[in-house]
Amino acid sequence: MPRIGPEDLERIGREAKNDICAKKGTSGARVLVHMGTCGIAAGARSVMTALADEIEQRKAEDIVLVESSCAGLCSREPMITVEVNDKPAVKYVDMTPDKVKDVVAKHLVGGEIVTEYAFSMGGERVLQGRNVAYRLNVMVCTCTNCVANGALQIKDRLDAEIKARDLGNEIQIAPTGANGLCVRGPILVVQPDGISYQSLKPEDIPMLVEEHLVNGRPVKDLMATPVDGESPIPATQDIPFFKSQRLVVLRNRGVIDPSKIEEYIANDGYRALAKALTEMTPEDVITEIKNSGLRGRGGGGFATGRKWESTRKHDDDMKYIICNADEGDPGAFMDRSIIEADPHSVIEGMAIAGYAVGSTQGYIYIRVEYPMAIERLNESLEQAKEYGLLGKGILGTNCDFDITIFKGAGAFVCGESSSLRASIEGRVAEPVSKQIHATEKGLYEKPTVLNNVETFANVPVIINWGADWFAQIGTDKSKGTKVFSLAGNVVNAGLVEVPMGMTLREIVYSIGGGIPGNKKFKAIQTGGPSGGCIPASLLDLPVDYQKLSEAGSMMGSGGMIVMDEDVCMVDVAKYFVEFCVDESCGKCVSCRDGGEALLEILKRICSGGGKEGDLELLEELCSAIGDVSLCGLGKSLPNSVLSTLRYFRDEYEVHIRDKKCPARVCKPLFVYRVVAEKCEKCGLCFEHCPSQAIKWEQNQIAEIIEDRCTKCRICREVCKYEAVITE
Amino acid sequence: MIKFTINNIELEAEEGTTILEAANEAGIKIPTLCYHKDLKPYGACRLCMVEITKRGWPSLQPACTYMVFDGLIVETDTERVIKSRKVIFELLLARCPDSENIKKLAAEYGVIETRITLADPENCAMCGLCVRVCAEISQREAISFAFRGDKRVVQTAFDKMSPQCVGCGACAYVCPTGRITVEEADD
Ligand SMILES: Cc1cc2nc3c(=O)[nH]c(=O)nc-3n(C[C@H](O)[C@H](O)[C@H](O)COP(=O)(O)O)c2cc1C
Ligand code: FES
Repeated sequence: MPRIGPEDLERIGREAKNDICAKKGTSGARVLVHMGTCGIAAGARSVMTALADEIEQRKAEDIVLVESSCAGLCSREPMITVEVNDKPAVKYVDMTPDKVKDVVAKHLVGGEIVTEYAFSMGGERVLQGRNVAYRLNVMVCTCTNCVANGALQIKDRLDAEIKARDLGNEIQIAPTGANGLCVRGPILVVQPDGISYQSLKPEDIPMLVEEHLVNGRPVKDLMATPVDGESPIPATQDIPFFKSQRLVVLRNRGVIDPSKIEEYIANDGYRALAKALTEMTPEDVITEIKNSGLRGRGGGGFATGRKWESTRKHDDDMKYIICNADEGDPGAFMDRSIIEADPHSVIEGMAIAGYAVGSTQGYIYIRVEYPMAIERLNESLEQAKEYGLLGKGILGTNCDFDITIFKGAGAFVCGESSSLRASIEGRVAEPVSKQIHATEKGLYEKPTVLNNVETFANVPVIINWGADWFAQIGTDKSKGTKVFSLAGNVVNAGLVEVPMGMTLREIVYSIGGGIPGNKKFKAIQTGGPSGGCIPASLLDLPVDYQKLSEAGSMMGSGGMIVMDEDVCMVDVAKYFVEFCVDESCGKCVSCRDGGEALLEILKRICSGGGKEGDLELLEELCSAIGDVSLCGLGKSLPNSVLSTLRYFRDEYEVHIRDKKCPARVCKPLFVYRVVAEKCEKCGLCFEHCPSQAIKWEQNQIAEIIEDRCTKCRICREVCKYEAVITE
Repeated sequence: MIKFTINNIELEAEEGTTILEAANEAGIKIPTLCYHKDLKPYGACRLCMVEITKRGWPSLQPACTYMVFDGLIVETDTERVIKSRKVIFELLLARCPDSENIKKLAAEYGVIETRITLADPENCAMCGLCVRVCAEISQREAISFAFRGDKRVVQTAFDKMSPQCVGCGACAYVCPTGRITVEEADD
C-alpha cells in the first residue's frame, strides 16, 4: 500500500464507497452481521456461518458479507443489517441460523422483507455537523454510477436554484458517496427529513426545490420509497431506542466494516488529522479542543484542552500520549464497543493529540480480557502505518507519531493514572501521590497526556466540524454527547449515546423502554463502583457532570444500571463495596481496611445482625475513607454507601430495627410460607423443590420446612395459586 | 528557599522538602507509622494527613509525601484531620490488635478502643517498612507485597525460603508491630 498525502484521502474514500457499490453488483446485497463481543456472545458467529453457508449453497456470490460492530441494541442480538441495492437497509433482530436462512431465501434472493423478524428500516440518526447549521441538507450521490447517470448536472442545477432563491444560508448541498440506491441514480437525499429521490432529471429540480425545500411538501412522484406506501416495518429513526440517540462518538457504529481503514476514510476518516497537520498549528488544535469544552470521559471530567496545553508547555525530548482502555467497571462496555466499532477514530484522536502536544509515541493500555478489541487495534494500527497515517512523516508532513498496544492484566485499579503508568513501566500497579501532574512528569517521568478512549474518539469530530458546533450540544459545563452502557432491569439493554443533559427518565423510559414486567423503577446506579444510586424522585435529573455529582453519584466512565423494586439497596451497597475491597490494591489503610470495615458492617446488617449506631459508624467511616485515601478508588469507594444512605435510609433502618429486608433479597431476613387458605394441595411446589424442604401428601396442604429451605424461590414461581408468600 | 506556614508558624525550607520533614525540623508533631527517615516516603498508613490550602481549596494531604511550595498553608490538627485520624487509628487497632506500639500511639491521640471488626486481623499494618528496608538499605529485595486488597501480604517470592535473604534482620528491626521475627536456621 502506498503512503499517502492529504489530497489522497478523498479519492480513497470515494473508491471505497464505489467499491461497496460495485461489489454489490446490480442484484446483489451487503449483509452486515453485528459482531461485537456482545453479539458474538449472543451467537453472532453461528449466524455468520449459517449466512456464509447459505450464500455459498445458493452460489449468490454477489452478496457481500461484512463483520460489523455492535449496533447498540445488545439485548436483541444477534442482529444483522441487510442492504439490498435499491431499498433502505433493514435491521433484523434475535437472529438464529435458521431464521437467517429464511432471510437469505426471502429477502436477499426473493426481494421480500421478512416482516416477521424485521425490526426497522433505514439508518440511525447521526449528528452531522452540517445538519446543525443548515435547515436542510441535500445530499447528492456522486458515485461513479450516479455521475454516469448525470448527478453532476443535477448538482449544478440545484446550486443554481438555491442561489437564485438566496437560500444558501439555509440549505446546504453536499456531494456524498454511494448510498446503496445507485442503480436508480441520480439519487438525492433530503435530511433531516430522510426522504430520498431517485432517477432525477435536471428539469425536475426547480419543482423539487420549490415544493420540498421551500414549501416543505415532499414530491411523491420522484421519491425512492413513497412515504404513504405503507411500510411494513418502522423506520429505524422512529424506533424509540434509536430515535433519541445522537451519534457523534459512535458515528460509524454498525455501518462500516471496522477492519477496513478505507471505509473509515470514506466516512470523513483521517480528514481531521490531515486538517490539523496541514492547516493548523499545534496551538490552534489545543485552542479548538479547549473551546469545544470537551471533558475527559474516563471519570474525572477534567478539561481535555487544558491537559493538552499543560503537556505542550512542559518542554522535553520525549512526551507520551496514553489511551486508557482499561475499563474495569462491572457492567461497563463503552470503550470496548467504541474500539470494536471504530478503532480508527481512537487512533486518529491520539495522533492529533500527539501533534498538538509534541509527542511522537502513544500507548493504548487495554485489558487482555478484550481479545477482539485488541485484534481490531492491531489490524488497524498496521493499516494506518501502511498508509503512512502513523509512523514517520505522517501524510507527507514532518510529523511523527506511533502507537504501541500495552496489554494490562485487567485490574480495576490499573485504570487509575499512576497505577497505569506503573503497570506500563513494569512495576506493581500501585497508585502514588500525584502532587506533580502527569502532564509534567508522567510515564517514565516524561510529560504525558492520559485520556480515555471515548475522549479521543471525540477529537476528530471536533477538529472536522469545529468547536462551536460541538459546544452547542449538551449543557452549560458538559459539552457533547456521552456513551452509556445501559444494563440491569431495563427492556432495551445496550450501548446508547445521548446528548449531555438528557434526563434519566428519557434514558430509562424512552431509550431503555422502561422496566420489564411492569415493575416499578427504584434506582439507577451511575458511575460504576465509584458512583452512587439515584432514586425515582430524581428521574428528571439532566445527566451531566455537575448534576450527577450533586446527586451524590458521578458520570464515571458511563455505566448505568437500572434497578427495579425487587432490588435491595443495602445489598447493592454491599455488592459495590465488595467489588472495591476486592479490587483495591491494598496499599493504603483507609481503602483496604476501611473498605473491609464497611463490608463487615453491611454483611452484618444484611444477615440480621445490624445494631443501633451502625449507620452513624458507616457514615463516619465513609467520611474518613473519602477524605484520606491515596487514590480515586478509595476516595470514591464510600459513594455507594453514602448515596444509598442518603436516599434509602429507611431501608437500612428496617434491616436493622425489624430485621426485615423489604425487597426480600437478604435471605436471612425473610422466610417462605404457604398460605393454607390459598393452597389447592396440588403438590407442584413439592415436586419442584430442589432441597426437599416441602412437606406434602396427596390432598394435604403443603408446608415449608424452614431449616431446609434455601430460599431459591422456585416454589413461589411454580405455584399457580399464589399460595407461597414471603414474610 | 520556599516560604510557607505550618499551624500559623512561618517557615522556610529547601525545594523538595516534604511537609513532614519541615514539621519535624520545626518540632511540630505529626503522627506517622509507615515513615522512616532513611527510607523513601510511601504514603500508606494515612496517619500523617494534614489539612492544606491550595488556591483557596482545603484538602487533606499526606505530610510524608507532600512537598512544600511557596505560600502553602498547613494545619496539622484541624477538626477534619482529627476526625479521620481517629478513624485510621481504629482501623489500625482492628488490624493489629496485639501491637503495643500501635495501642500506645493511638492512645496518644485519645483512641483506646475500636468499634471495628475485620474478618482476619493479622498484626501487620502493611506499612511496607520491611519491604522498603530490604530493598533500599539491605539491597536484597528478598520480600515484597503479594496479592491485592484485603488479601495483601508480605512474602518472599512464591512464599519459599528466599535465596536473596541474608538474614540481616533489618525487616524485623523496622517492623512497628512486631509481626516479623528472626529465627536461627541450621545452615
Ligand atoms: C480506580 C480507578 C479506575 C479508573 N479506571 C479508568 C478506566 O478504566 N478508564 C479510564 O479511561 N479512566 C479510568 N480512571 C480515570 C483515570 O485515572 C483518568 O482520570 C482518565 O483516564 C483520564 O482520561 P480523561 O481525562 O479522558 O477522562 C480510573 C480512575 C480510578 C481512580
Ligand atoms: S506516614 Fe505518611 S502515610 Fe504513613
